[in-house]
Amino acid sequence: MTGLEAPLALFLLVNLLAALVRAARGPTAADRMLAALLFGSTGVGMLLLLAYAGGGAPLVDAALVLALLAAIAGVAFAQRAWHRDREGGDDA
Amino acid sequence: MLEALSALLLLAGAGFYLAGTVGLLRFPDVYARLHALTKADNLGLGLTVLGLALQADSLAAALKLLLIWPLALAASATVSHAIARRAAGLGLKPWRPEEKRP
Amino acid sequence: MNLLLDGLLVLALLWSAWRALASPDLARAVVLFIVFGLLMALAWARLNAPDIALAEAAIGAGLTGALLLDALGRLQPGTGAPAPESPAQPPANRAGRRWTGSVALVAGLLAAALAYALFQLPAPTVRLPEQVAANMAASGVDHPVTAVLLNFRGYDTLLEVAVLLIALIGLLTLGPAAGRPAAPGPANPLLKALARLLVPLMILSAGYLLWAGAHRPGGAFQAGALLAAAAVLLHLAQLLPAWASPGRLLRLGLAGGFLIFLGVAAALLAEGALLTYPPAQAGGLILLIEAGLTVSLGLILAGLFLLFAGAEERP
Repeated sequence: MTGLEAPLALFLLVNLLAALVRAARGPTAADRMLAALLFGSTGVGMLLLLAYAGGGAPLVDAALVLALLAAIAGVAFAQRAWHRDREGGDDA
Repeated sequence: MLEALSALLLLAGAGFYLAGTVGLLRFPDVYARLHALTKADNLGLGLTVLGLALQADSLAAALKLLLIWPLALAASATVSHAIARRAAGLGLKPWRPEEKRP
Repeated sequence: MNLLLDGLLVLALLWSAWRALASPDLARAVVLFIVFGLLMALAWARLNAPDIALAEAAIGAGLTGALLLDALGRLQPGTGAPAPESPAQPPANRAGRRWTGSVALVAGLLAAALAYALFQLPAPTVRLPEQVAANMAASGVDHPVTAVLLNFRGYDTLLEVAVLLIALIGLLTLGPAAGRPAAPGPANPLLKALARLLVPLMILSAGYLLWAGAHRPGGAFQAGALLAAAAVLLHLAQLLPAWASPGRLLRLGLAGGFLIFLGVAAALLAEGALLTYPPAQAGGLILLIEAGLTVSLGLILAGLFLLFAGAEERP
């Protein structure tokens, strides 16, 4: 424990909040999905940092599960959900 | 010594995470943003994992941490390939510098 | 520092939940729902509830996202299906607004009544954490959450599994007619390679989580979710065909976990209360139930995605 884990977890959360802007703004569905994927990879890092900031080893398991499953939503998006390059009804 | 190295790796990892987020926000199109996501963010994750593995109590805990990284690399490489392919299939044009930025 | 982290987390949760609900654009709502799931996993991690963080990471961020995205793909035009218009905006006339206002009023009153009732509750006379800790030795496991889920309040879990099974039976009654054709997407060799790499690791991790459940966070629900995710990934990589209709073996697999649970409960009825294990056998029985549940929950959750998903493949 270097004492850096908790501040860095906070830093990553601020990163996530910034990425929410991309999720809200788009413009294509893929751009939003990229923000969700960024939440996945940053979330893995945050869970690991939280585990070493006193959260305990089980959070490493949670990070492992998240890393294993991070691909599923992205793959489902590319293979099944994305049919148009621009979406209608954009009110951002 | 080990602790200082760990701290250095964690800080570098956070820097790459920041670069990934900035890239996601500032890059002009989907293809470019995919780079931000898959390269910068995964490097951030890798450095974070390395930094934490130096602090692990046991070899097993360190190896479990180190397992996460290749998984994330393989997953994000495949996902970004699938998304880029789909984007190309839908006819999205890659951004060119001479065009005006939207 | 931690206060700031938690505060930001709460704000992000509220914002993403609100936007997911209020966005008229379904694609954005789904993405924000996935984001919400990930933030929720982080929130559970901060709340010292790694069991739920695990489950949320597996179900909220992974499986539900894939399910919703698949449903979204079927709702969109360009799939060959008769395209429904984007969700109709209710006309903002006076009647509509009055309707919204009265719903908001009723919901607000209900929330206020609930909050009032919550504050009126007497202080609990039984200190549950101490009770759990005092009885851990007789539970057959070392992890308090597993002890509560499968021993002290095992009947809750039994009924939960029944609910999931009933949900799947409900899906079966809808039948293939309810499914719109899915666009399977182009075959992607990289995806097949990824599935071949990840699926064995997912199954291994499921086994690990099942085993870990006895003494640390983990257990049947998390392991089952991983198995289901493995099946979904195989299906998306076009290595596993959709389930047109459940055969005998699949039906047995879907119901098996519940039947084992029920069988153990029936066999132990002589002990007095429902699901009172003899302490000497408790560990083994819990592992047996959890193993059955892992397989069945995996099949049930995968079934929500895979059953009838290939309706378009038939002429």
